[in-house]
Amino acid sequence: MVSGARLEVRGVSHAFALEKRALPVLQAIDFIAEPGDFVALLGPSGCGKSTLLRLVAGLEPPSEGQLLVDGVPITGTDPSRTIMFQDPTLFPWRTVRGNAQLGPEARGSLAANAARIEAALSLVGLDAFAEAYPHQLSGGMAQRASLARALVNEPRILMLDEPLGKLDSLTRLAMQRELVSLWQRERFTALLVTHDVEEALLLADRVLVLSDRPARIRADIRVETPRPRRRDDAGLVALREEILALLGLAQAA
Amino acid sequence: MSAGPALSPRARRQTAIPGFGLAFGITLFWLSAIVLVPLLALLLRPFELGLDGLWASLAEPRVAASLRLSFGAALLAAALAAPLGLLLAWAVVRLRFPGRAVLDAAIDLPFALPTAVAGLALTALLAPNGWLGAPLAAWFGWQVAFTPAGIVVALLFVALPFTARTVEPVLRDLGREAEEAAATLGASRLQTLRRVVLPALAPALLTGFGLGFARAVGEYGSVIFIAGNMPMVSEIAPLLITIRLEQFDYAGAAAIGLAMLLLAFGVLLLLNLAQRALRRGLA
Repeated sequence: MVSGARLEVRGVSHAFALEKRALPVLQAIDFIAEPGDFVALLGPSGCGKSTLLRLVAGLEPPSEGQLLVDGVPITGTDPSRTIMFQDPTLFPWRTVRGNAQLGPEARGSLAANAARIEAALSLVGLDAFAEAYPHQLSGGMAQRASLARALVNEPRILMLDEPLGKLDSLTRLAMQRELVSLWQRERFTALLVTHDVEEALLLADRVLVLSDRPARIRADIRVETPRPRRRDDAGLVALREEILALLGLAQAA
Repeated sequence: MSAGPALSPRARRQTAIPGFGLAFGITLFWLSAIVLVPLLALLLRPFELGLDGLWASLAEPRVAASLRLSFGAALLAAALAAPLGLLLAWAVVRLRFPGRAVLDAAIDLPFALPTAVAGLALTALLAPNGWLGAPLAAWFGWQVAFTPAGIVVALLFVALPFTARTVEPVLRDLGREAEEAAATLGASRLQTLRRVVLPALAPALLTGFGLGFARAVGEYGSVIFIAGNMPMVSEIAPLLITIRLEQFDYAGAAAIGLAMLLLAFGVLLLLNLAQRALRRGLA
């Protein structure tokens, strides 16, 4: 089994080039995720969290600063760093299996990975739906298929860009539990972008609270509560209040 | 028209648009008056020659050559228009450059231009003494105007907007996410194009090809100027129909029309079947 990678983000700032003017989205982001860490990036929507994931995925180079995986700078996309997007982004003309095997297929190692593909499908509970097309799946199943497609590549860093954001609340609860047990088994380094405080606290070891755009790290909170976690755990509730206060949303209790 | 309600009382209750009977009746009436009855006449007219006469009329070398030319040139033009149209749509949807709006509007020009004007312009451009025709003849020894090559150019001109405009909305919908997802999975740019972008666009490209072909095979105005219209070499089937009409050979004209109708139907049917196969999920 492949273990997680160490991710170093060093003084990363990033700006979008809009019509003749730069719009800063990330400002001096600095953190290190140790191998196998589950880090949540929490912040108001539109603050630049997803942009940070795009930089780690290698879809864009940062305007300033450095991103390193196990000490090696990121220069482009790599299947060992896979994103699961908010939309499942499945390819509609391929079956669930066809989607899952795209990575190995593109690298020409389909035959060597056949068992791996079946294992990933059964890991997310879709073995019975391997021949189904995306339009035949429910929202939760589509996200599972997208997860299987990412897992097939044995990612060392798995990025989750609000992957549960569009699911109904029951499916969401089930998927949160599944994500944790998956991460415990596979030991990849996980980066979760979310604006749901409870979700961040349930899943992550560490919550980085980001400010409004341009995003800076306002707090780095360790979550020591042992798993399985309950959302009404006293420690988590206290952390939740703390984070909401940081975001300027504290309840006047 | 009163057959509607009796035909389908349930549909009448369920539909949001009122007056199923009336709407359906009018639809059938116009479909018959404008499409079905003229087509029926086209089907029946050539048989005035008798089966033998019909066959003899179509087997005439000049007729066979014109049908071969018309369908060959239209298929070739549509096949060229598909990748070119994709490129144009790509430029308009994905790239940001000054003058994009102008290019966007220019794509539609062949729709709006009287085809005779297009034919005159292309002929002037490509004639052996034209702006483009002269250097082509001098440097490569190519003659485009008054040859089958000129016909393909004219047909490409009228078919191009069809492929560009059918691909464009699909390309717009595709979004970058699908491509980025493929990239993070380790697909190279070429693989992303082959395995993600092209399969997504294939049904639209096929539709554009079909529309472009349909438009090209019946094209008359722009072709007759540039073709030179030499029997057996550069005489298209629609022109031959006109010639027969001028000779008061109505049945003979209809015979060529019937052949075109059947051939075109065959091509479009094949395209439709291919499209179905694609939809069923050919990876």
